[in-house]
Amino acid sequence: MTVTWATHEAAYFDRSTPYVPGAAVLDHEIAPREGWSGVVRAGHVLTLVDVGGNQSGDCLIYDAADHDVRYSAQATLVAQRHAYLVDGSVLRSNEGDPLMTIVGNEVDRQDTIGGACSKESNTLRYGHHTLFHHACRENFLLEGARHGLGPRDLVSNINWFMNVPVEADGTLGIVDGMSAPGKRVALRAERDVLVVISNCPQVNNPCNDFNPTPLRVIVTDPAVEA
Amino acid sequence: MTDDRGAGRRSSTATLAQARDDARGRADTAVEAMPYLPPASSPYAPADVDPSTLVWAETVAGPGYTHMTVARGTRIRLEDVTGDACAHVVVLSALNPGERLNVADTQKIPWQAYLGAGHPLLSGDGRVLATVVADAAGGRHDAFCGVTTLAGNVERYGAGAAHTATAAGRELLLLAAAKEGLTARDIPPSVSFFKGVRVAADGSLEWTGDGGAGATVDLVAEMPLTLLVANAAHPLDPAEGYRTGPLRVHGWAAAASSPSDPWWTATPERTRAYLNTDQHLLARGIR
Repeated sequence: MTVTWATHEAAYFDRSTPYVPGAAVLDHEIAPREGWSGVVRAGHVLTLVDVGGNQSGDCLIYDAADHDVRYSAQATLVAQRHAYLVDGSVLRSNEGDPLMTIVGNEVDRQDTIGGACSKESNTLRYGHHTLFHHACRENFLLEGARHGLGPRDLVSNINWFMNVPVEADGTLGIVDGMSAPGKRVALRAERDVLVVISNCPQVNNPCNDFNPTPLRVIVTDPAVEA
Repeated sequence: MTDDRGAGRRSSTATLAQARDDARGRADTAVEAMPYLPPASSPYAPADVDPSTLVWAETVAGPGYTHMTVARGTRIRLEDVTGDACAHVVVLSALNPGERLNVADTQKIPWQAYLGAGHPLLSGDGRVLATVVADAAGGRHDAFCGVTTLAGNVERYGAGAAHTATAAGRELLLLAAAKEGLTARDIPPSVSFFKGVRVAADGSLEWTGDGGAGATVDLVAEMPLTLLVANAAHPLDPAEGYRTGPLRVHGWAAAASSPSDPWWTATPERTRAYLNTDQHLLARGIR
């Protein structure tokens, strides 16, 4: 049985505004449970809006000119010696160089430890009856396929607006989020990058408050007046 | 890198006969880092292992790399001989390289960020690639930091190329991957054995050091498995210079995990991961 619940419109939604002013390059609403991908040019700023609050946006980043150079959660965390992404965090490639920089962040901390949900891992986490629930890995594979990417190109991702504490004994997991409707994160591209986002369909843990809602992607060019 | 005192000019190699004699005269040289063939002849065979069951015996230089494709049920022991090695490991299904180590799932599914005895190394496909079945390194392992990069090592040590004494872990993994028919895209985030990192209460990454000389960790291959191993300094190692040492590897024919192993039933998530793995192999006729 396919689980289809999601909220596409509600009075509490806040679609907010671009974090950094500039000419509009793209303005797209990722419907609940769907994927999106696009190239963000060097210097442009991508604002991701958590329209309904506590909606995880699973995100992968590739060098647009060489997809072998892709986001590395490990290189990113090592360089900042910190387990969470915050304002100013530099999102680094597997070669250690900057792909994007967080230039604005309206939640306490962003996750890059928790990874993406998949149909297969759902069976481990919640039981085999969840195999047929839609999942981020499905969105990554389908969006990736539009750019020649496949399972060998999927790596540890970022989960915008998701909350993953690590306790002293190493216990780690997803708990209630710290975001709210209209909260934003803004990313400046340090080179031309391919950004792939899965608007997380998960309905078995609190990463979406058990209720998938939209994400708004706005790309602006700060060098050009709006 | 091992200092090979057997290398260099020894005698005249002006004629083919001389060159052939010179080449053949080098073969009996023993150095610190080298494979032992047949594996049963390893001078360092583990005391608790019947040497006749060995399928892989090698000392990997620091820095250096190795790689191997092994059968389901192969048990692999890594040993940090001097306390200075760091084994950065990537495992991939030998049946389908698209199924490979997923560090996020390896931490998230067991609800445990730190690797230790009984910890499964999970693929992104809901299955167990290998299990850490024994840990005699005091949990001094890390799944957060991965490997150093060429540019990073050039900046910190002055060099990072694979042939240098301060080789970057990623350069070594690229070579290990290439030897198994794989490319850069086949190198996901890795796990590191023998050097520990913890997340402090404020989120910062804290170095916890090594497991000491002679520390070991045992992995069991739960499916036909390709291992890529880079022995290279850990990116957060606070040592002044590039810290590395020899890494010993022994593999032997043993058994894949079964329901009688405590880690099979340690958590419901792990039980289902082993069930998924067993069914995957059952359908292929792999026992």
